[in-house]
Amino acid sequence: MADIAELRKPLEAFEEQVAPATRVRGYWQSVLYRLRHDPVTLAFGAVVLLIVVLAIVAPLVAPFDPYKESIVGRLKPFGWHEHLLGTDELGRDMLSRLLYGGRVSLLMGVVPVLIASIVGGLLGIVGGFAGGRINTAIMRTMDVFYAFPSVLLAVAIAGAMGGGIGNGMVALTMVFIPPMCRVAETATTQVRALDYIEAARATGAGPIKIIRYHVLSNVLGPVFIYASSLVSVSILLASGLSFLGLGVRPPMPDWGLMLSTLRQSIYVVPFVCAVPGVAIFVTSICFNLVSDGLRAAMDVRI
Amino acid sequence: MSFYILRRILYAIPIAFGVSVVCFSLVYIAPGDPLQTVMPPDATAETIAIVKKAYGFDKPLPMQFLIWLGRVLTGDFGMSISTRRPVFLEVSEALANTSLLALFAVPLAFFTGYVMGAIAGCFPGRWVDRLVTGAAVVGVSLPNYWLGIVLVIFFAVEYMLLPATGMGPTGSTGFHILEWSSARFLVLPVITLSMIPVGILSRTTRAAVAEVRNQEFVQTLRAKGLSEWAVTRHVLKNSLPQVMAVMGLQFGYLLGGSILVETVFTWPGSGFLLSKAIINRDVPVLQGTILTLSLVFVATNLVVDLLQSLIDPRIRRA
Repeated sequence: MADIAELRKPLEAFEEQVAPATRVRGYWQSVLYRLRHDPVTLAFGAVVLLIVVLAIVAPLVAPFDPYKESIVGRLKPFGWHEHLLGTDELGRDMLSRLLYGGRVSLLMGVVPVLIASIVGGLLGIVGGFAGGRINTAIMRTMDVFYAFPSVLLAVAIAGAMGGGIGNGMVALTMVFIPPMCRVAETATTQVRALDYIEAARATGAGPIKIIRYHVLSNVLGPVFIYASSLVSVSILLASGLSFLGLGVRPPMPDWGLMLSTLRQSIYVVPFVCAVPGVAIFVTSICFNLVSDGLRAAMDVRI
Repeated sequence: MSFYILRRILYAIPIAFGVSVVCFSLVYIAPGDPLQTVMPPDATAETIAIVKKAYGFDKPLPMQFLIWLGRVLTGDFGMSISTRRPVFLEVSEALANTSLLALFAVPLAFFTGYVMGAIAGCFPGRWVDRLVTGAAVVGVSLPNYWLGIVLVIFFAVEYMLLPATGMGPTGSTGFHILEWSSARFLVLPVITLSMIPVGILSRTTRAAVAEVRNQEFVQTLRAKGLSEWAVTRHVLKNSLPQVMAVMGLQFGYLLGGSILVETVFTWPGSGFLLSKAIINRDVPVLQGTILTLSLVFVATNLVVDLLQSLIDPRIRRA
């Protein structure tokens, strides 16, 4: 009979009432559950993974030596003599340089964010937890750096120090510390006012212990999510610095630098010149979308 | 109200002071002797000694800063190493050209971003929302200098519709905004420059509008029997302060972002001046440009805050 399902409905509703959810998911389980049901984030996460792996194994998969120049093979279009993506202004294979370039670009995307998360996060936690004058001192100093547009601050520091990968990373780290500090400070201040911190203090826990056991776990989420959203910004800024001649120095392959040197040749091989930008764009958008997905899955509000 | 304005202005002063400290120290984080960084490499020992005395490089650091600040306040930013012209002149000329770009890019970016975000926020989950959200992610992930190059490839190299670089045809005197022969040089840089702000702004507006729509007063408005259009008007008005805060920030990013875009289009603005200064290791120009741009940014944020408090009285009481 077709109505049997219809008849069972009220019974099922009753069963649900007497027997509530039998399986309660923990936080990380529910995060994983949400991630598994988010195909967009999974797909772009796979692309990020692919980019990272390709950068790591670049020496194994690159078809040519990225530094090998050729006088006759300069500025050739896609597919010229086994050069899948053509050659650059010195006759070097574009595909190989692109693969190797990913190493520097990813490094400059991740390392400054990592250092800034640690330094800025600690400053923010200390400022937020201590409150009062210490908070004012830290946060007002950060406000000064906030007064610079981020690109400008990076260019100012890297420009004064004189370029190079190391200086570029220092500049980017300096750019990311203030916003990171603000995120950590906000999260800490919110937690600090809660009753259970007061309770912990009443039981005799010292500030280090309270931060370690009660504050840190509440701050790490926002800091991690914010850091993940900064990676794509960092990649964009780093390649921008290289583009201006402030990051990676030639002949080292880097996406921003490749874009900058190939810019002179847009009248010869226009589409080859656009290739490094595609790499920057794809990497940046993938990191952005993965970060958005993680934020939704971890249910973090910044 | 006047108390709030006063307080906000007073708060901007230490920020401006801090900004000048950072800019001042740029000369000192440069490798080598600070005096050498601000002098042409071929300067004689005699000239160096004179400059050292005149500019107070022989005094302790805090004194040096005060002397430098005094000079800056009177409009003396030092001399450019590469052109030997006063930095103040170089920066003000360049800033005028950047302002011209901003004059078109800012309204374009703000209007497009706001409209896109507002439409998406009013129809959450619908196809128009997905379209805008997707476009916004593309906008914030685009390296704008690359977009500039791609636009040049298409519109200047392939189809030859618009000029690739520069500000006016060769041999022209001055820039005439009303003449197409000049104005066409603006098109590509303006579009390139507004791309990232459009992305960020439509994202923020979408979030703000969607959030306000979920508030209870919107339900009350509907219960009162207001038309959907009138409800939307209330929602948009209430989401404006949040959007304006981001607009202020975006204005700054536009100034900062102009460095890459102006370099791509060789637009003789402050960003191009900066990138030239970097290539020539011209620290006085670098310092002067950064200081000017950041002070403009501080001033804009001040204005935005005041405007916000005009729209939303709640901010004044906070």
